[in-house]
Amino acid sequence: MAAIPEKLQMQHLAWRAGFGASPSIIEDWTHKKRSKVISRILTGPEKDAQTPLKVRDVSDLPDRNKSMSPEEKREVNRMNRQGIRELNLQWLNEMVQSEHPLREKMALFWHGHFACRTQNVLFNQQLLQVIRENALGNFAELLTAVSKSPAMLQFLNNQQNYKAHPNENFAREVMELFTMGRGHYTEMDIKEAARAFTGWGYEGDGSFVFRPKRHDNSDKTVLGKTGNFTGDDVLKILLERKETARYITGKIYRYFVDENPDEARINALADKFYTSGYDIDALMQHLFNADWFYDERLIGTRIKSPVELLVGLRKTVPVAFEKEEVLLSFQQVLGQVLFYPPNVAGWPGGRNWIDSSSLMYRMQLPKMIFYEEEFNITPKEITPEMGMGSYKVTMQLNESVRKQYAKKIKGVINWDALLKDYEKVPREKLADAIAGSLLQTNKHVSRQLLENYADASSRENYIKTIAIAVMSTPEYQLC
Amino acid sequence: MEILNRRRFLQVGSLASASLMMPRFLKALERDNMVPPGNKVLVVVQLSGGNDGLNTVIPYRNDIYYKLRPTLGISREQALSLTDETGLHPALQGMKALYDEGSLALLNNVGYPNPDRSHFRSMDIWQSASSSAENWTDGWIGRFLDAQCKGCDKPVQALEIDDTLSLAMKGDVQKGLAFKDPDKLQAAANDRMFRELLNKHSGGHTVTDDHQPVDYLYKTMGATMSSAEYIKGQFRAYKTKELFPATELGKNMQTIARLIMSDISTKVYYVSHGAFDTHVNQLASQQTQLKRLDEAITALTKELKNNHRFQDVVIVTFSEFGRRVEQNAGGGTDHGTANNMFIIGGGLKQRGLLNEGPDLANLKDGDLQYTVDFKSVYATLLKKWLAADDAAILKQQYPHLSFV
Repeated sequence: MAAIPEKLQMQHLAWRAGFGASPSIIEDWTHKKRSKVISRILTGPEKDAQTPLKVRDVSDLPDRNKSMSPEEKREVNRMNRQGIRELNLQWLNEMVQSEHPLREKMALFWHGHFACRTQNVLFNQQLLQVIRENALGNFAELLTAVSKSPAMLQFLNNQQNYKAHPNENFAREVMELFTMGRGHYTEMDIKEAARAFTGWGYEGDGSFVFRPKRHDNSDKTVLGKTGNFTGDDVLKILLERKETARYITGKIYRYFVDENPDEARINALADKFYTSGYDIDALMQHLFNADWFYDERLIGTRIKSPVELLVGLRKTVPVAFEKEEVLLSFQQVLGQVLFYPPNVAGWPGGRNWIDSSSLMYRMQLPKMIFYEEEFNITPKEITPEMGMGSYKVTMQLNESVRKQYAKKIKGVINWDALLKDYEKVPREKLADAIAGSLLQTNKHVSRQLLENYADASSRENYIKTIAIAVMSTPEYQLC
Repeated sequence: MEILNRRRFLQVGSLASASLMMPRFLKALERDNMVPPGNKVLVVVQLSGGNDGLNTVIPYRNDIYYKLRPTLGISREQALSLTDETGLHPALQGMKALYDEGSLALLNNVGYPNPDRSHFRSMDIWQSASSSAENWTDGWIGRFLDAQCKGCDKPVQALEIDDTLSLAMKGDVQKGLAFKDPDKLQAAANDRMFRELLNKHSGGHTVTDDHQPVDYLYKTMGATMSSAEYIKGQFRAYKTKELFPATELGKNMQTIARLIMSDISTKVYYVSHGAFDTHVNQLASQQTQLKRLDEAITALTKELKNNHRFQDVVIVTFSEFGRRVEQNAGGGTDHGTANNMFIIGGGLKQRGLLNEGPDLANLKDGDLQYTVDFKSVYATLLKKWLAADDAAILKQQYPHLSFV
């Protein structure tokens, strides 16, 4: 195996453990010991504010109750919807600006793993906070907190899970999607586990509540163990199974390393994860420190998700959009809207992101943003669940969305950082330097090709247009 | 015959003049064989939001219907009579005419076990053809492409007339192509830099290797560019004579009509219509939506008939679910379960009402119970209309019906 240049290794790390980093940061890292750089990425900045993302207070929204008129309910729905949009944009901004990108990247991973849809902005906000707080913490704690969040209890119908009529949805997804994965339990295990989760619910204000009267107080047999189990007991039993560590590690490997799982590596990591008592931070430490992580065959082979693509673009060239909502439109046409995973299984990822139209949008996106071109693409009809509410509200929403698309994308583009990054690079080396730092893999993006699409009238214009061209290539879709 | 010749002439003419500037990967298109006569085409019309089937196909002799829908029920006088028992929504005049001439079949009570009342989940189930307990990441038409189209250099066998591609159209390997306007698609794909990159990558040959993700991207880019050029050429070769409505669906149907009349090798067209989520004030909104549907389908069928292609085309409609039998307090209906499907074509083997209407005396939690699994409809269309291996595509053998 040919030695991978130190710089490319660090770019690879910056992309996989975040959303890419500027050439000056990469330069800085190449002068440090790799393990030190990784530790720093994992712990984040010394003064990590850990600010919760918050768009609404409980008091901002009227209590939803049965005596409300249909108009009032619609108004509450509208407020929630608006809140979720703001939360989406705030989190996206956090991914761009964060001093601790790995936490946001990890949170994005968990956001897909613990896929959930709720129309309640406060529930969304709370679940996001749980995920961000525990993103690099302990998986057992994360699992418990997510399982007890109102968002998930609502989404998986556990409010309707009581002794007389157990609802298996929650138990099924906890086992199939959150912990062990298919094939390691029986239908009977699900039925029994569902009985253990009876009585788990939430109050109107979103706080978790255990309702003893609804709970089935008799013995249950789950995965060969018998007892008068509660929901907490079942989570414990699931965590005791090595399959859980294996399943989570496998998913992390596919997300952070390679779509094609490598059994030996995953098993080795899973063993460590299990014996550490599910320490996510330690798992990621092992993963990023492994020599195979820097294998040439793994670099530049991951198709960026739409959110990663958007965040990466904005990190390289910050844009203050006149209408920030345009970022929601981008998410929609590219196929990944935060807080709206396609189903309980989350976004499938990989080649699934790419079809003819989505690839064309991706490659035209830099031009649309940086040349303020027309964006004339209508996403699919917004389903009422995305906009929620009545037919009429949905129609109004669709109308406003349509109007918005017809407009040009306007924004203040800040080129300063990018220009500064390359200020010391001689002109004849600029094109290759820009391509080199923006791409992890490069098949055909050469200086000679780029110059056909560059504006050479000034050094500044040259840098800008070369960067836009690089970001419009198939190679830029990969990290 | 004259039209056909002229069309061929135009097409060859335009290719010949452009061929000097055309890279080799585009020249490969010229070898494309003409669509054989009798080329079977399927048009899938998705009614988004959950169309109320009970007010679409109206059981006007049923007391329960009027009892549960005191203000929403459509009277026998208003409905367009099909049989003594059943009538169509008054907006569906074109459908009624198709019924009368024997080009329409109606299938009642279509659904699936353990119905899901969430729009997005139920739509996923219909588009992927999974059971309600599974989450599949590919769609039934996409898997049809996978089976039909190994190594296709122009993946135009399934086209969606929309800006983005639906799950139904995504296979494991192949994916359909989505566009609203062939000219815009071509303008977007025909980027100088994309072309130069592709030429560097393939030296003008079709990209077939997609083992590495980067090759997969180049392959998709190449396929999109060549398809866009091809589609635009086909689209230009024929202009519709019928007047199509100026609605979104009308325009999309016109695009479909133009493409069907060309020599393009497309087998499946996919188009969505609606906001059928009629929780409030259903009467007015469903009327509008159904009228648009009726006008667009009428224009398409006329165009096909005038050109003797109607016997080669089947149009089917579906919605992610029907609606509650009982109306709600807001003059609308809430999410329900089983629904009807319209099957339209000049070559149907069975016409009219294919089965009994819904049994309103036998509801489950206030909802209709399905008697036909929608996967049976897919299986029938795949096997008997598109001559594909339905059991492999649907990952299970479903009973075949006899409408085609």
